[in-house]
Amino acid sequence: MKIMLVDDSRTIRNIQKKVLGELGYTEIMEAGDGVEALNLYKQTTPDLMLVDWNMPNMDGITLVKTIRQTDKNIPMIMCTTEAEKTRVIQALQAGVNNYVVKPFTAETLSEKINQTLAKLQAAKS
Amino acid sequence: MDVKFINPFVMAIRQVFKTMANTEIQVQKPKVASPNEGCDVSGVIGFSGDATGACILCFPKEVACKLASSFAGVELNIGDADFADAIGELANMVAGSAKAQFIGLEVSISLPSVVIGTHHNVAVTTQPSNAPRLQIPCSCSLGDFHVEVAMVVNKKQTAPTAAATSGARS
Repeated sequence: MKIMLVDDSRTIRNIQKKVLGELGYTEIMEAGDGVEALNLYKQTTPDLMLVDWNMPNMDGITLVKTIRQTDKNIPMIMCTTEAEKTRVIQALQAGVNNYVVKPFTAETLSEKINQTLAKLQAAKS
Repeated sequence: MDVKFINPFVMAIRQVFKTMANTEIQVQKPKVASPNEGCDVSGVIGFSGDATGACILCFPKEVACKLASSFAGVELNIGDADFADAIGELANMVAGSAKAQFIGLEVSISLPSVVIGTHHNVAVTTQPSNAPRLQIPCSCSLGDFHVEVAMVVNKKQTAPTAAATSGARS
Protein backbone atom coordinates (compact mmCIF):
# COMPACT_ATOMS: atom_id res chain seq x y z
CA MET A 1 0.00 0.00 0.00
CA LYS A 2 1.30 3.41 -1.04
CA ILE A 3 0.71 6.12 1.55
CA MET A 4 1.31 9.83 0.94
CA LEU A 5 2.12 12.16 3.84
CA VAL A 6 1.34 15.82 3.17
CA ASP A 7 2.62 18.20 5.85
CA ASP A 8 4.91 21.24 5.74
CA SER A 9 6.67 19.97 8.88
CA ARG A 10 9.28 17.33 8.17
CA THR A 11 9.32 16.48 11.88
CA ILE A 12 5.62 15.57 11.74
CA ARG A 13 6.15 13.54 8.55
CA ASN A 14 8.99 11.65 10.26
CA ILE A 15 6.77 10.89 13.27
CA GLN A 16 3.95 9.71 10.98
CA LYS A 17 6.42 7.62 8.98
CA LYS A 18 7.61 5.92 12.16
CA VAL A 19 4.05 5.05 13.22
CA LEU A 20 3.25 3.73 9.73
CA GLY A 21 6.44 1.68 9.74
CA GLU A 22 5.39 0.06 13.02
CA LEU A 23 2.05 -0.79 11.39
CA GLY A 24 3.93 -2.45 8.54
CA TYR A 25 3.49 0.25 5.90
CA THR A 26 6.81 1.06 4.30
CA GLU A 27 5.91 2.48 0.88
CA ILE A 28 5.66 6.12 1.91
CA MET A 29 5.69 9.26 -0.23
CA GLU A 30 6.08 12.76 1.14
CA ALA A 31 4.99 16.24 0.09
CA GLY A 32 5.59 19.56 1.88
CA ASP A 33 2.54 21.43 0.56
CA GLY A 34 -0.64 21.00 -1.47
CA VAL A 35 0.90 21.81 -4.84
CA GLU A 36 3.69 19.28 -4.38
CA ALA A 37 1.13 16.72 -3.16
CA LEU A 38 -1.13 17.24 -6.17
CA ASN A 39 1.75 16.68 -8.59
CA LEU A 40 2.89 13.58 -6.72
CA TYR A 41 -0.70 12.28 -6.56
CA LYS A 42 -1.03 12.54 -10.36
CA GLN A 43 2.23 10.66 -10.89
CA THR A 44 1.86 7.91 -8.31
CA THR A 45 -1.82 7.42 -7.34
CA PRO A 46 -1.40 6.61 -3.64
CA ASP A 47 -3.79 4.32 -1.72
CA LEU A 48 -4.13 6.58 1.34
CA MET A 49 -3.28 10.21 2.11
CA LEU A 50 -2.61 11.98 5.42
CA VAL A 51 -3.13 15.70 4.85
CA ASP A 52 -2.26 18.71 7.02
CA TRP A 53 -4.55 21.77 6.86
CA ASN A 54 -2.27 24.81 7.15
CA MET A 55 0.50 24.68 4.56
CA PRO A 56 2.16 27.15 2.17
CA ASN A 57 1.26 27.36 -1.55
CA MET A 58 -1.90 25.24 -1.29
CA ASP A 59 -3.63 24.33 1.98
CA GLY A 60 -4.97 20.91 2.82
CA ILE A 61 -8.64 21.74 2.40
CA THR A 62 -8.05 23.01 -1.14
CA LEU A 63 -6.00 19.90 -1.89
CA VAL A 64 -8.79 17.60 -0.65
CA LYS A 65 -11.45 19.47 -2.67
CA THR A 66 -9.28 19.38 -5.80
CA ILE A 67 -8.64 15.65 -5.56
CA ARG A 68 -12.29 14.88 -4.77
CA GLN A 69 -13.37 16.50 -8.05
CA THR A 70 -11.95 13.52 -9.91
CA ASP A 71 -11.36 10.84 -7.27
CA LYS A 72 -14.19 9.93 -4.91
CA ASN A 73 -12.47 6.82 -3.58
CA ILE A 74 -8.99 7.56 -2.26
CA PRO A 75 -9.07 7.59 1.55
CA MET A 76 -7.87 10.89 3.00
CA ILE A 77 -7.25 11.64 6.68
CA MET A 78 -6.87 15.25 7.79
CA CYS A 79 -4.12 15.57 10.43
CA THR A 80 -4.07 19.12 11.79
CA THR A 81 -4.00 21.51 14.75
CA GLU A 82 -7.40 22.84 13.61
CA ALA A 83 -9.55 21.30 16.33
CA GLU A 84 -12.78 23.33 16.24
CA LYS A 85 -15.99 21.45 15.38
CA THR A 86 -16.65 23.90 12.52
CA ARG A 87 -13.29 22.95 10.97
CA VAL A 88 -13.94 19.23 11.35
CA ILE A 89 -17.31 19.64 9.63
CA GLN A 90 -15.70 21.74 6.88
CA ALA A 91 -13.10 19.03 6.27
CA LEU A 92 -15.68 16.22 6.22
CA GLN A 93 -17.79 18.22 3.76
CA ALA A 94 -14.72 18.72 1.59
CA GLY A 95 -14.33 14.94 1.45
CA VAL A 96 -11.94 13.68 4.13
CA ASN A 97 -12.71 10.23 5.54
CA ASN A 98 -11.28 10.78 9.02
CA TYR A 99 -9.74 13.49 11.21
CA VAL A 100 -6.75 13.49 13.58
CA VAL A 101 -6.10 16.50 15.82
CA LYS A 102 -2.50 17.46 16.63
CA PRO A 103 -1.04 16.83 19.15
CA PHE A 104 -1.67 13.12 18.60
CA THR A 105 -0.35 9.94 20.14
CA ALA A 106 0.98 7.08 18.02
CA GLU A 107 -2.01 5.03 19.23
CA THR A 108 -4.52 7.61 18.01
CA LEU A 109 -2.89 7.87 14.60
CA SER A 110 -2.74 4.07 14.23
CA GLU A 111 -6.36 3.74 15.31
CA LYS A 112 -7.60 6.36 12.82
CA ILE A 113 -5.64 4.81 9.94
CA ASN A 114 -6.91 1.29 10.74
CA GLN A 115 -10.45 2.61 11.24
CA THR A 116 -10.41 4.40 7.88
CA LEU A 117 -9.06 1.42 5.98
CA ALA A 118 -11.49 -0.99 7.70
CA LYS A 119 -14.48 1.21 6.83
CA LEU A 120 -13.44 1.36 3.19
CA GLN A 121 -12.85 -2.36 3.09
CA ALA A 122 -16.30 -2.98 4.58
CA ALA A 123 -17.90 -0.65 2.04
CA LYS A 124 -16.23 -2.52 -0.83
CA SER A 125 -17.33 -5.98 0.32
CA MET B 1 -5.60 41.45 26.82
CA ASP B 2 -8.26 39.57 28.75
CA VAL B 3 -6.55 37.14 31.14
CA LYS B 4 -9.25 34.52 30.57
CA PHE B 5 -7.59 33.80 27.24
CA ILE B 6 -4.45 32.67 29.06
CA ASN B 7 -5.95 29.42 30.36
CA PRO B 8 -6.42 27.91 26.89
CA PHE B 9 -2.68 28.46 26.36
CA VAL B 10 -1.81 26.92 29.74
CA MET B 11 -3.79 23.80 28.86
CA ALA B 12 -2.35 23.68 25.34
CA ILE B 13 1.26 23.95 26.60
CA ARG B 14 0.77 21.06 29.02
CA GLN B 15 -0.99 18.88 26.45
CA VAL B 16 1.37 19.50 23.52
CA PHE B 17 4.62 18.90 25.40
CA LYS B 18 3.25 15.87 27.25
CA THR B 19 1.85 14.23 24.12
CA MET B 20 4.52 15.11 21.58
CA ALA B 21 7.72 15.49 23.65
CA ASN B 22 6.88 13.16 26.55
CA THR B 23 7.60 16.05 28.93
CA GLU B 24 5.48 17.23 31.85
CA ILE B 25 5.38 21.02 32.06
CA GLN B 26 4.88 22.93 35.31
CA VAL B 27 3.23 26.26 34.59
CA GLN B 28 3.72 29.15 37.01
CA LYS B 29 1.46 32.15 37.48
CA PRO B 30 1.31 34.29 34.32
CA LYS B 31 2.72 37.81 34.57
CA VAL B 32 3.18 40.85 32.37
CA ALA B 33 6.08 40.15 29.99
CA SER B 34 9.21 42.21 30.36
CA PRO B 35 10.99 43.35 27.17
CA ASN B 36 14.30 42.64 28.90
CA GLU B 37 13.70 38.90 29.17
CA GLY B 38 15.14 37.89 25.84
CA CYS B 39 15.56 34.36 24.59
CA ASP B 40 17.74 32.46 22.13
CA VAL B 41 15.10 30.57 20.13
CA SER B 42 11.53 31.70 19.44
CA GLY B 43 8.68 29.90 17.72
CA VAL B 44 6.13 32.48 16.58
CA ILE B 45 2.52 32.03 15.44
CA GLY B 46 0.29 34.96 14.47
CA PHE B 47 -3.47 35.16 15.02
CA SER B 48 -5.97 36.84 12.72
CA GLY B 49 -9.75 37.09 12.52
CA ASP B 50 -11.86 37.79 15.62
CA ALA B 51 -8.63 37.98 17.63
CA THR B 52 -5.28 39.32 16.45
CA GLY B 53 -1.82 39.02 17.93
CA ALA B 54 0.74 36.31 18.46
CA CYS B 55 1.85 33.42 20.60
CA ILE B 56 5.61 33.11 21.09
CA LEU B 57 7.41 30.10 22.55
CA CYS B 58 10.65 31.51 24.01
CA PHE B 59 13.51 29.15 24.86
CA PRO B 60 17.12 29.34 26.02
CA LYS B 61 19.28 27.54 23.44
CA GLU B 62 19.93 24.37 25.49
CA VAL B 63 16.29 23.89 26.44
CA ALA B 64 15.17 24.40 22.81
CA CYS B 65 17.60 21.72 21.63
CA LYS B 66 16.50 19.24 24.30
CA LEU B 67 12.78 19.77 23.70
CA ALA B 68 13.13 19.70 19.90
CA SER B 69 15.12 16.46 20.20
CA SER B 70 12.55 14.90 22.49
CA PHE B 71 9.78 15.87 20.06
CA ALA B 72 11.57 14.70 16.91
CA GLY B 73 12.91 11.49 18.47
CA VAL B 74 16.43 12.28 17.24
CA GLU B 75 19.12 14.61 18.59
CA LEU B 76 18.70 18.08 17.12
CA ASN B 77 21.01 21.05 17.48
CA ILE B 78 20.52 24.65 16.37
CA GLY B 79 22.49 24.14 13.15
CA ASP B 80 20.46 21.10 12.05
CA ALA B 81 18.05 21.45 9.15
CA ASP B 82 15.11 20.08 11.15
CA PHE B 83 15.69 22.11 14.31
CA ALA B 84 13.65 25.16 13.26
CA ASP B 85 11.00 22.88 11.78
CA ALA B 86 10.53 21.13 15.13
CA ILE B 87 10.34 24.38 17.11
CA GLY B 88 7.90 25.84 14.57
CA GLU B 89 5.66 22.81 14.75
CA LEU B 90 5.59 22.91 18.57
CA ALA B 91 4.50 26.57 18.37
CA ASN B 92 1.89 25.63 15.75
CA MET B 93 0.41 22.94 17.99
CA VAL B 94 0.33 25.16 21.11
CA ALA B 95 -1.38 28.01 19.22
CA GLY B 96 -3.76 25.68 17.39
CA SER B 97 -4.79 23.82 20.54
CA ALA B 98 -5.32 27.09 22.42
CA LYS B 99 -7.41 28.75 19.73
CA ALA B 100 -9.71 25.71 19.55
CA GLN B 101 -10.82 26.75 23.05
CA PHE B 102 -11.75 30.32 22.07
CA ILE B 103 -15.46 29.62 22.01
CA GLY B 104 -17.44 32.04 19.88
CA LEU B 105 -14.41 33.42 18.08
CA GLU B 106 -13.37 32.61 14.53
CA VAL B 107 -9.58 32.79 14.61
CA SER B 108 -6.99 31.71 12.06
CA ILE B 109 -3.36 30.96 12.76
CA SER B 110 -0.36 31.77 10.58
CA LEU B 111 2.33 29.39 9.43
CA PRO B 112 5.10 29.29 12.05
CA SER B 113 8.21 31.47 12.02
CA VAL B 114 11.31 30.65 14.04
CA VAL B 115 13.81 33.24 15.24
CA ILE B 116 17.28 32.14 16.37
CA GLY B 117 19.74 34.56 17.97
CA THR B 118 21.26 35.13 21.38
CA HIS B 119 19.01 37.08 23.77
CA HIS B 120 16.57 38.50 21.23
CA ASN B 121 13.08 39.95 21.61
CA VAL B 122 10.16 39.51 19.21
CA ALA B 123 7.95 42.54 18.53
CA VAL B 124 4.25 42.01 17.85
CA THR B 125 2.98 44.86 15.70
CA THR B 126 -0.71 43.90 15.76
CA GLN B 127 -0.83 44.59 19.48
CA PRO B 128 -1.96 48.06 20.61
CA SER B 129 0.82 49.72 22.58
CA ASN B 130 -1.30 49.90 25.75
CA ALA B 131 -2.31 46.20 25.70
CA PRO B 132 -0.29 44.06 28.09
CA ARG B 133 1.70 41.17 26.71
CA LEU B 134 1.49 38.27 29.12
CA GLN B 135 4.18 35.75 29.90
CA ILE B 136 3.48 32.18 31.02
CA PRO B 137 6.60 30.87 32.83
CA CYS B 138 7.13 27.15 32.28
CA SER B 139 9.53 24.63 33.75
CA CYS B 140 10.25 20.97 33.12
CA SER B 141 12.95 18.37 33.67
CA LEU B 142 14.79 19.73 30.59
CA GLY B 143 14.91 23.32 31.88
CA ASP B 144 12.88 26.54 32.00
CA PHE B 145 11.25 28.48 29.17
CA HIS B 146 8.27 30.76 28.75
CA VAL B 147 5.39 31.41 26.41
CA GLU B 148 4.30 34.96 25.61
CA VAL B 149 0.82 35.80 24.43
CA ALA B 150 -0.14 39.16 22.95
CA MET B 151 -3.72 39.11 21.81
CA VAL B 152 -6.49 41.59 21.14
CA VAL B 153 -10.06 40.37 20.73
CA ASN B 154 -11.83 42.29 17.98
CA LYS B 155 -15.25 40.72 18.45
CA LYS B 156 -17.44 40.98 21.52
CA GLN B 157 -17.69 37.50 23.01
CA THR B 158 -21.06 36.08 23.93
CA ALA B 159 -19.72 33.71 26.58
CA PRO B 160 -16.46 33.04 28.40
CA THR B 161 -14.29 30.24 27.12
CA ALA B 162 -15.05 26.78 28.47
CA ALA B 163 -11.46 26.46 29.56
CA ALA B 164 -11.53 29.57 31.74
CA THR B 165 -12.23 27.57 34.91
CA SER B 166 -8.91 25.71 34.95
CA GLY B 167 -6.22 28.00 36.30
CA ALA B 168 -2.44 28.04 36.20
CA ARG B 169 -0.50 26.93 39.27
CA SER B 170 0.40 29.97 41.34
